[in-house]
Amino acid sequence: MAVDLNILIGGAAGQGVHAISLPLAKALVRHGCQVITRQDYQSRIRGGHLFNVIRVADRPLLSGREGVDLLVALNQETVTLHQGELAPDGVLIYDAAHVKEVPAGVRSLALSHDTLLPGTQAGEIAVNAGASGAVLGLLQVPVAGLTQLLADTFAGKGPEVVEWNEKAATRGQELGEAIPLAVTLAGITAPPEPRLLISGHEALALGALAGGLKFICGYPMTPWTSLFNAVSQRAAEWQVVVEQAEDEIAAINMAIGASYAGARALTGTSGGGFCLMTEGLGLAAMTETPLVIVVAMRPGPSTGLPTRTDQGDLNLVLYSGQGDFPRAVLAPGTPAQGYLLMAKALNLADRYQLPVLILTDQYFGDSQLTHTAPEFPEVAVERALSLETTTPYERYALTPDGVSPRRLPGMGPGLVVADSDEHTPDGHLTEDLSVRIQMQAKRQRKLEGLVQELGGLTFAGAEEAPLTLACWGSSLGPVHEAVTRLNQAGTPARMVHLSELWPFPREAVARALGSAQKLVLVEGNYTGQLNGLLRQETGLQAHHLIRRYDGLPFTPEYILKDLKGIA
Amino acid sequence: MLPLDLYDSIESAWCPGCGNFPMLKAFKEALAELEIRPEEIVVVSGIGQSSKFPHYLKCHTFNGIHGRTLPVATGFRLVNRDLKVVAVAGDGDCYGEGGNHLLAAFRRNPDITLVTHNNQVYGLTKGQASPTSDQGFKSLIQPQGVPYPPLHTLALAVAQDCSWVARGFAGEGEHLKNLYKEALTHKGFSFLEVLQPCVTFNKINTYKWYRQRVYRVAETPDYDPENELWAYQKAKEWGERIPLGVIYRKVRPALEEAYPRLEIKSLARPESTPPVSRLLADFY
Repeated sequence: MAVDLNILIGGAAGQGVHAISLPLAKALVRHGCQVITRQDYQSRIRGGHLFNVIRVADRPLLSGREGVDLLVALNQETVTLHQGELAPDGVLIYDAAHVKEVPAGVRSLALSHDTLLPGTQAGEIAVNAGASGAVLGLLQVPVAGLTQLLADTFAGKGPEVVEWNEKAATRGQELGEAIPLAVTLAGITAPPEPRLLISGHEALALGALAGGLKFICGYPMTPWTSLFNAVSQRAAEWQVVVEQAEDEIAAINMAIGASYAGARALTGTSGGGFCLMTEGLGLAAMTETPLVIVVAMRPGPSTGLPTRTDQGDLNLVLYSGQGDFPRAVLAPGTPAQGYLLMAKALNLADRYQLPVLILTDQYFGDSQLTHTAPEFPEVAVERALSLETTTPYERYALTPDGVSPRRLPGMGPGLVVADSDEHTPDGHLTEDLSVRIQMQAKRQRKLEGLVQELGGLTFAGAEEAPLTLACWGSSLGPVHEAVTRLNQAGTPARMVHLSELWPFPREAVARALGSAQKLVLVEGNYTGQLNGLLRQETGLQAHHLIRRYDGLPFTPEYILKDLKGIA
Repeated sequence: MLPLDLYDSIESAWCPGCGNFPMLKAFKEALAELEIRPEEIVVVSGIGQSSKFPHYLKCHTFNGIHGRTLPVATGFRLVNRDLKVVAVAGDGDCYGEGGNHLLAAFRRNPDITLVTHNNQVYGLTKGQASPTSDQGFKSLIQPQGVPYPPLHTLALAVAQDCSWVARGFAGEGEHLKNLYKEALTHKGFSFLEVLQPCVTFNKINTYKWYRQRVYRVAETPDYDPENELWAYQKAKEWGERIPLGVIYRKVRPALEEAYPRLEIKSLARPESTPPVSRLLADFY
């Protein structure tokens, strides 16, 4: 019997939702399951309601889904909010100290400090470790993998804490095991090569480090911060300079200064922070300074929904900044794709000497997917510097492809003169309007080479299907699964996912979508921003738009429901 | 001593008589005397008449955008420890548009020399009041005069323990040259504000106006620039008497000492990047 379970762990902020879900998800991957996680949280430090969903299966997963099979509730609100999603044969596991009303007819398991760790002062450790253990017990997974993870996690807190975790997890597992469940994970075995559980932003961080990143600068803002954290925690080991800027304006200008000095540089932000960065974006383009900027989307306008997900900033990153200037825009769909695209972004920025934007969102950034190591190959670092020493050096020499040989200050006697004003080939400001024409054309010429290197289409489903679902960025997984389910149900359907959005890979997209009898675009915004871009660049447009702008990620169910009546 | 013509660059577009000319001359002399070659210094600037400074001096140049001189210079310094890094900005650029970056630079203490060309007016945009315009200063936008007092940036610097704080005057070239030399050799953030008359748009704060008021702070008996409270008094002094010279000094570690040291050779030709297998180890 196929395994496909949703485990929802909910509580107030600060109660331990992550303390339960992170080791539990990892333990399930180590056991041999395929896992995808999703975080849903509010903009607050304590209280409120937050939850994580762990979907577990015995086959590859690219998407979450709706429904709950095991509900772990640390407070009453979690029960109230999610009991309606619980499957008829589902089980509620709850913290008896905080949940007083259990819905009638629901199978349940009460956990308390005193049944798990009697006579100790273990506090929230008891129920947190006990709940993780209970889930494993229900699913008939040995607890040893979990206790090892807990021991590793809490080693720094002393042997007593490690022992409490082990005891509570073990006791929880025994309690869970006693409840019969139709589904078991006992038959699943770990693959010979262990699998990885990694989030989108963690994968981007690895792509940056493997791609030779040497400088990162930013200002904290959800959901971008998780990427900034992931790089910063590894920075000392790999000699990366990390600086927290006083604001986003400083962040992008510092990154530009670092890149001018010769470091591969990254900055990033979300929504309003990027609005502050746009003048710097133009500066990078005008001075032809390589730069990678991550824009992690959340619902706007203005402060919007700070901790939720959205795909409403495509137009913002395509058109921000005064004047015409070349840029690239990439939008990965999975962590592994994000890893490769980050390495590619760093290379494109260096080779074409322009800003490269990577669009992510809260769903992409925070969700963990199960991957394998070969999906994260070694990446090439193409610095594309001109190492020979010549004077005088012209930073903006006019060339057929628009790319001027790039040198670094301090590499030799050639002076590197960069200017935000319109400038002569040697970098000095000019008001000679014939030079302006040459320089504007030179910068734009870079797009001609750049577009040749973009494509980034991912296909799934039935090749000649009359129904095509097109999407971009983080909606790859939900659309992929929706298409799979359509085909399984006898409706031929196909997915086309775009991860490289600017310069628009016009030919490849026109080829992929031109023959679609029924073209449906799936986008996490109100106006259908990719649909507009598609029409502008190819003349094609969707027959139907599936939109979502309530701050939640797409699910296969959401897409299939919207498709009813047209497919 | 290097020859001064080593630093000759393109022709300037400043107004005849502009206070920027004696500043450029004194700066070139300071470089020549310190034997800092054009390829050994980067000058970062923003937007304004003062920000054209690096174009008129042979050096590595990054002429960025209004107000953002210090972040660019700081990013550069964190990557390159070898070149002298000088940030040049006007009073509008550094104190108005870029004020937050100035506060952050005082805290960070990067090994950068900041030179502000303070003419108490917006020159490039033709005569509006700047953050340092005196109360009552009139312009097309402020026909009744600026209703509030100027920003005391030097006092702000002292209050924030900026590691070297000084004021020069474009009308005293030799003294200014020596301040440039001291600023360029100071390890840490050196903040040199220069009174730079704008001959076109500021008819109040002229060469004559400054000459009647400036004095050398070093001539104050027993003056000690490491005495914070005394320095604060001198930094706030403005109006009838305006002190020139090194007002405050405090030994602090430079920002970049807390960061990994990057070498230009390995930046240009990375020999090794983190092995992916090591990076992935956290995720099993």
